[in-house]
Order: sequence, then C-alpha cells, then structure tokens
Amino acid sequence: MGKSLFQKVWDSHTVGTLADGRTQLFIGTHLIHEVTSPQAFGMLRDLGLQVKYPQRTFATVDHIVPTINQDAPQDPLAAEMMQALRKNCDDFGVTYFDLSSGKQGIVHVVGPEQGITQPGTTIACGDSHTATHGAFGAIAFGIGTTQVRDVLATQTMALEPLKVRRIEVNGQLHPGVYAKDVILHIIRLLGAKGGIGYAYEYAGDLFDRMSMEERMTVCNMSIEGGARCGYVNPDAKTVAYLSGRPYVDMDNFEATAARWLSFASDADAHYDDIVRIDAAGIEPTVTWGISPDHGVAISENIPDPANAVTEIEKQSIEEALAYMKIPAGTPIKGVKIDVAFLGSCTNGRFSDFQEAAKYLKGRKVAAGVHAIAVPGSQIVAIQCEKAGLDQIFRDAGFEWRAAGCSMCLAMNPDKLVGDQLCASSSNRNFKGRQGSSTGRTVLMSPVMVVAAAIEGCLADARQVFGLVP
Amino acid sequence: MALEQIKQVSGRGVFVPGADIDTDRIIPARFMKCVTFDGLGEYAFYDVRFDPQGNPTTHPLNDPRFAGAGILIAGSNFGCGSSREHAPQSLKKYGFNAVIAESFAEIFNGNCTTLAMPCVVASVADVSALRAAVEADPQMQITINLETLRISTSAGHDIAVTMPESARDALTAGRWDPIQELLDNNDRIEERARALGYVSH
Ligand code: SF4
Repeated sequence: MGKSLFQKVWDSHTVGTLADGRTQLFIGTHLIHEVTSPQAFGMLRDLGLQVKYPQRTFATVDHIVPTINQDAPQDPLAAEMMQALRKNCDDFGVTYFDLSSGKQGIVHVVGPEQGITQPGTTIACGDSHTATHGAFGAIAFGIGTTQVRDVLATQTMALEPLKVRRIEVNGQLHPGVYAKDVILHIIRLLGAKGGIGYAYEYAGDLFDRMSMEERMTVCNMSIEGGARCGYVNPDAKTVAYLSGRPYVDMDNFEATAARWLSFASDADAHYDDIVRIDAAGIEPTVTWGISPDHGVAISENIPDPANAVTEIEKQSIEEALAYMKIPAGTPIKGVKIDVAFLGSCTNGRFSDFQEAAKYLKGRKVAAGVHAIAVPGSQIVAIQCEKAGLDQIFRDAGFEWRAAGCSMCLAMNPDKLVGDQLCASSSNRNFKGRQGSSTGRTVLMSPVMVVAAAIEGCLADARQVFGLVP
Repeated sequence: MALEQIKQVSGRGVFVPGADIDTDRIIPARFMKCVTFDGLGEYAFYDVRFDPQGNPTTHPLNDPRFAGAGILIAGSNFGCGSSREHAPQSLKKYGFNAVIAESFAEIFNGNCTTLAMPCVVASVADVSALRAAVEADPQMQITINLETLRISTSAGHDIAVTMPESARDALTAGRWDPIQELLDNNDRIEERARALGYVSH
C-alpha cells in the first residue's frame, strides 16, 4: 500500500520517538510573529539557549500593526511588542521582514510569497492558521509558545501522529461560488470538531483546478474544522507558483521540483477516512452564529431552535442567536450589516481583491456601512495599487489600508464598536473576535463581502451582480 | 531538568457553561499585547466575566462560592480556536491546576500538558453530575488521579476519565516539558537535517 503526503513528510522528518511515545519531528521552516514569540525568546534566554537553525527561521510583524501609519503605533504595548521582535531577531540572527522591508505582511501570506513555503516540508508557527501553507503540500502546524521555544532551540517538536481524512470534491462550482464557500461548506458538513485528530487532504478535480491562492483559502480554515493541518498535493501549479521566488533555489530547479512532486500522495495511499462532496451542490455560504460550523447557504433561513434534534443543539442555537441578535427561522439574506471587512490570511491576497474589485467597480458602498480593505502583505498592496484596484475600492467608498491582520482579530486599532455586525472575509466568528465583546461577525467570500457592502445587508452576490446560478 | 511528577491533582471545582469555548473567550485578543505571560490571570474569561461597562456579570468565576477553585469543569471542544498559549497560561495564572471537560481542542490540550496542567475527558453524564455536585456544594473536594484515570470526590463520586496516553505519561513521569529530551537528541537532529537536504547549515 502506498503512502499519503502526510505520511511521507512525517516519516522523512521523524528524528525519533520520545520517552512518552510521541514523535520528535524535525521542523523545516519556522515562522514567527510578534504575539506568540516574545515569551518563547524569554524562555530561551532563561535556559541559556540559542536558535538552532536561524537560517530556517523567519519573522514578520502582522497582528498588532496599525493599518494607518503602520510604523507609528499609538498603543505603547504594540510598540513594545514590535521592539521586542526587532531585538529578538537581531540577538538570535533571525531574518525579519519588518515594516521597512517592503515584504512585511500576514505571516501566512509572506511565507508563500517569498517562496519560503515549499512542498514536502514541515512548517510550524505560533499561529493556528499555519495550515494555510498546506496548499503547497507542506505539513504545517500551528503551535503554542512553549513549542515555539522548542522549535527555536532544537528545530524539532514533540507531536502525536495524525490520522488522514481525504476530502474529495469533484465537479464544477457554479458562478459566484468560491474557495471560501467550499471550505465553509466542508466545515458545515463535518463540524467544527469533525477534524480532531486528523490531517485533511483536499483532493479531487475541484482542487486540481484551483489556483494556489484558492488552495490557500481552503487550507487556511482546516483549523476551523478541527483538523490539525490540511493540505493539497503539489502539482505543476505549485511548481509554477514557486519558480523564481526569492527563497527558492533556482540552480538545479528541475531536481528540486521533482523532489517536491515526489511527496504527492500515492494513488494507492491509505486513508483513515474518505469524504466525497459534489462541487455543484455548494452555494455561496455564510455563517449565522458564533462557531465556523454555523453555516447556511445565502438562500436558506437562519436555524430555528424549535427544529433542533437534541437539547444540546437547541441550546447552542439559542445561545448563538441571542448573541447574534438575529431572528430564528427567517432568511439570512437581508440581515443588516454595519461593517464590511475585506482582508486576512484567508482572503487577503491579490486575487481576492481583484475578484472583488471586478464587481465593485462603478458601484457604491451603502450609506452607513463602514467598509475597509486590508491587503495581506505590502507586496499584495503594491500589486493591487499597480493594477489600480485601490482606486476602485476608494471610489466605491472603501477605506484602502496598509497590510496586517487588522479586523480579523482586532489587536490593532481596527475594531468593531458595540454590537456592530460585520460582513467579513476572515476565518473566525467567535464571540468578541473582532474587538468588541458584543460585536458580531458573519464569514463569507470576498465577493459576498462586496455584495453586502453595496446592499447594506447580507446579500446573494449572484443576484446583486447578475450571475446566473 | 528534574520536573515534578504529576500523579494527582486535587481541589475544589467550578463549572463554566457552554460548548466550544474558544481561546478568544478564555483570553480576549486585546490582552495578548504583552511580552511576558505575567499578569494574564486576571483577564481569564474577561469578556464573559464583565459586561461592556466593566461591571461583573453572574459568571461562575465571579461567584464568591467558587473563589479559589483549582479545577475547571467544562463542556465539549473546550479551548478551540487559536493556538495562543496565552489561554492556558491565563487559566494557570488564574489558579487552575487541571481541566475536566467533555472534550478538548488538540492544540489547547497539548499546550496545557506542557504547562503541567492535566486535561481529562469525562462523559457528558459525568460532567453534568460533577457540575450539579459542585453547584450544590462548592466546597466539595475533587481529586483527579492520573495513574488510575479516575476522579473521586468528597461526595463519593468515582468517575472514569480519559486522556492521551502520551500526555498522561508525560505528566506522571515528570517529563511534561519535553525540552531537555529534545535537546539531548542533538546529534540525531543534525543527522536528520543533513538527510533532508533542504536545510543547509
Ligand atoms: S489574519 Fe487573522 S487568522 Fe490570519 S494570522 Fe492574522 S489574526 Fe490570525
């Protein structure tokens, strides 16, 4: 029997078995940012340790950077975190894509952009959306700060092996249905806990046709489905995307590409579970509640606790609806929004802004809606600006901001106020996620964010933009 | 580095209601603006303990009957969401030494183990029995025995729990922080790095 990509990468990176039975896994690439690394460097100093492979460690600043005047945070705590990262990178010899580098951005946008993210490697980052890098056929783990210390000090960490679930999606998506809808649909089907103990392999002809950006959107939200990581097997698109990027060794590229491709799952690979989904059955999907698996198609109604099957389900729907302040059993379409946020590591890449701008062009954000567009990196910002997209956003009434995580988690000044409801292209709709303890988040694709911004309420982009379903 | 062997944890319990309690709920992101973990304890569950005006809510952690409780009791998928270690750190600094839940999110569970804070899984029925018992008598003593994987209480409960064997072993054998063992394998790490080819030294 053949091996899955997960198994191949795991086996080739195994250092040994630890006394507690866990595997000591070599981490090929370590990405760090300002929020989860300072304490880890503190622990390293306390133990008198160095960074084992500083050349395999890359830093950027993303969570706390202001998106207006990036380098001048008004918040002294944010400034302290930025200084701490600078000092830690200098002291330990780590490459730092800082604000003046022209390469700064959300760590999960920067890694692929620089060609640091490569197939057949292991990647770790003190950030749960590290799964994004799986789009390249890497096994990428989000880790805690003590593990960040372990990886800094030893370039390894202790891990339990995972099971592998192949999620096969075949068929054509209807117009107006995007990668974001695919992953929201998968999470809705399998649940927010459905992936616990698993790595997700996304396969089938839909993923074969997807661009690298789309694959990143899907892999990004593996964690919202409970999976520890998610990946797409590397193919010619993966190789083409990486060719010529700064951290890709172009001497001997053919051999490198062949090695990358050799990690793809064998045709007779063993899977612990297989799920099959028809792409044509996926509609534009939005969340209605406070967990990423609270999803509905835009044409559907908000769930009614009266129809719940179990008492637990009933309570969970009631809790979510009470928080969201939306009525049970009524259409999700038409729910009024206050804020539209386009950005994040899920949907903050050039192609996201390009697709959104295509429909936004010549239209206006509804009165009373505060709309912001936040590129995922400085490079994305420049690409968009060169293509004139920033002007399309500005003309429509969006604020065009500088790169960072921004309102995805609101550690910078971009926050919801009170119980504002935000149409958001980000990945989490937890209570309080966007900076106000009563703020409300509805997750959706970038084009659906634009449709909601224009209409002032949750809207079906296919109707707003005349796409035939 | 000799680490404490954690074979059992005892204390009074407090039940925090709700399924899918995510790490944003345990420690809201705005409190992560820090370069050390010190002082995070006071912000544990902040946004459910205080209303937007800063007034205390009826959350169990504000209930004086549960002051000093060292064992957190929770529902399913506890600790889902972000990988922030700030979440278990804030619980630990708040004074919790163990968590009993119907199920845990994996990254959170691993982070807790590394902080020597056991996470044990009990059945839905047992969690609700424990909840009822601590609410009836907040002074009830709970003991989690990691060697037998059973919970006993001063009210006479005897409950089976589960946890990943690797976590149980790590805690009871005093190797919950793997750093020394990882460092000891330095030669094998370098050998692996060379074999991988893409890690130039
Ligand atoms: S954009 Fe959001 S999810 Fe992504 S790394 Fe930043 S805060 Fe995390």
